[in-house]
Amino acid sequence: MTALGALIRRDIRIALRVGGGALIGVLFFLTVVVLMPFAVGPDLALLTRLGPAILWLGALLASLLTLDRLFTADHDDGSLDLIVMSRTPLELACAAKAFAHWLAAGLPLVIATPVLGLLLNLDVTATGAVALTLLAGTPALTFIGMIGAGLAVTLHRGGLLLAVLVLPLSIPVLIFGVAASQAAISGPLSFGGPFSILCALSLVSLVIGPFAAAASLRHGLD
Amino acid sequence: MALLDLANPSRFLTLAARLLPWLAAVTIVLLAAGLYLSATAPDDYQQGATVKIMFIHVPNAWLSMFVWGIMSVASLGTLVWRHPLADVAAKAAAPIGASFTFLALVTGSLWGRPMWGTYWEWDARLTSVLILFLMYLGLIALWRAVEDPSRAARAAAVLTLVGAINLPIIKFSVDWWNTLHQPASVMRMGGSTLDKAFLIPLLAMAIAFSFLFVTLHVAAMRNEILRRRVRSLQMQQARAFVSEVSAGTSAPTQIIGAA
Repeated sequence: MTALGALIRRDIRIALRVGGGALIGVLFFLTVVVLMPFAVGPDLALLTRLGPAILWLGALLASLLTLDRLFTADHDDGSLDLIVMSRTPLELACAAKAFAHWLAAGLPLVIATPVLGLLLNLDVTATGAVALTLLAGTPALTFIGMIGAGLAVTLHRGGLLLAVLVLPLSIPVLIFGVAASQAAISGPLSFGGPFSILCALSLVSLVIGPFAAAASLRHGLD
Repeated sequence: MALLDLANPSRFLTLAARLLPWLAAVTIVLLAAGLYLSATAPDDYQQGATVKIMFIHVPNAWLSMFVWGIMSVASLGTLVWRHPLADVAAKAAAPIGASFTFLALVTGSLWGRPMWGTYWEWDARLTSVLILFLMYLGLIALWRAVEDPSRAARAAAVLTLVGAINLPIIKFSVDWWNTLHQPASVMRMGGSTLDKAFLIPLLAMAIAFSFLFVTLHVAAMRNEILRRRVRSLQMQQARAFVSEVSAGTSAPTQIIGAA
């Protein structure tokens, strides 16, 4: 337990330090949202309608971009080999790393959402709904993405390949995240239904992600 | 025991050489029979002759999912039993499955043109098949990204199994998303209400396409084994050449002489 706690603390500290690059994800998120009006026009009514979708897409892409760093830095300096060989089960270690990554790179996206909601003219309910769905959904994105990160680090390939592998798997999260936000804002549906499925998706990925990533690390590293 | 015997690639190659002509012959006969039955099937009272697209479309769609299942079993073979032919089977199946999925998409959109008045509709089935196609392409990209086949095999096996778990979730989500966004005007095929006149040709075509898959798969596995042998021979040759050059004192002249 202390080993896992130490791992989480270490990962967060590295991510927030100079060269860690966790907060670049937030900057990217901001930039994507700012780009949107240039693509669809500065029509505030339209932006309000598209708001949840824009925020979700931005968060999805931002969390994808930071995933590359989940294992590569540790692989480069050799500490990944130590983690694989240590007595802590690799699945738990992977889960701890993903959790730390979510705290450093996923949670800031959620915190930034209210500010970005202002830019898209979302009211308080809408902003709250999007922030809440992101809070429930970004762990799923991190834990699904961890599978791709594990594969990418064993293959010494990252970037586009990682995105191509991970994005189709994150479609359900996107569907239910946006649907729950829309339901809270306007939709005839109740917020609870899609939101519970979103939470369920997060929990499922919490189980699948560490096992798959640990399997790919165990079989792939040499 | 039979599966263990096949672990020897040479034995598999002789078996494949013996089986392939028969498999191909059976496939041709079944395809001919299936196409004849489809051609003579009556027109639908609503859809007219376009209903015949179904006899190509449905077997393709069925195989697109079946092939992922085959790959998942093969991936288990790679990760759990380390069966030497499992990754060959998984690798050989991926492009075939992608082709079936692509054909299912193309025939689906050709069928959609007269039915929906547009080539593409964000219909739940078409959309989830499109996502399946994307996953096949990602898997093939993964296979092609790494030179060492055994290393790529293990990564692809993990991804295939994750995909197998996720595909039902994706299918469910897309169905849900579709009913949320689309009015119930989309034409749907009555699955179980299919008339016998259509069911028999459809089943014949499904069996014919399954045999087509088996034939193509065995042939592709044979090619993959041969490709790996060629690769290892080339590497041996390169190694022999390098050691020859480094052993000789007048290496540069040797190279020039060889050229």
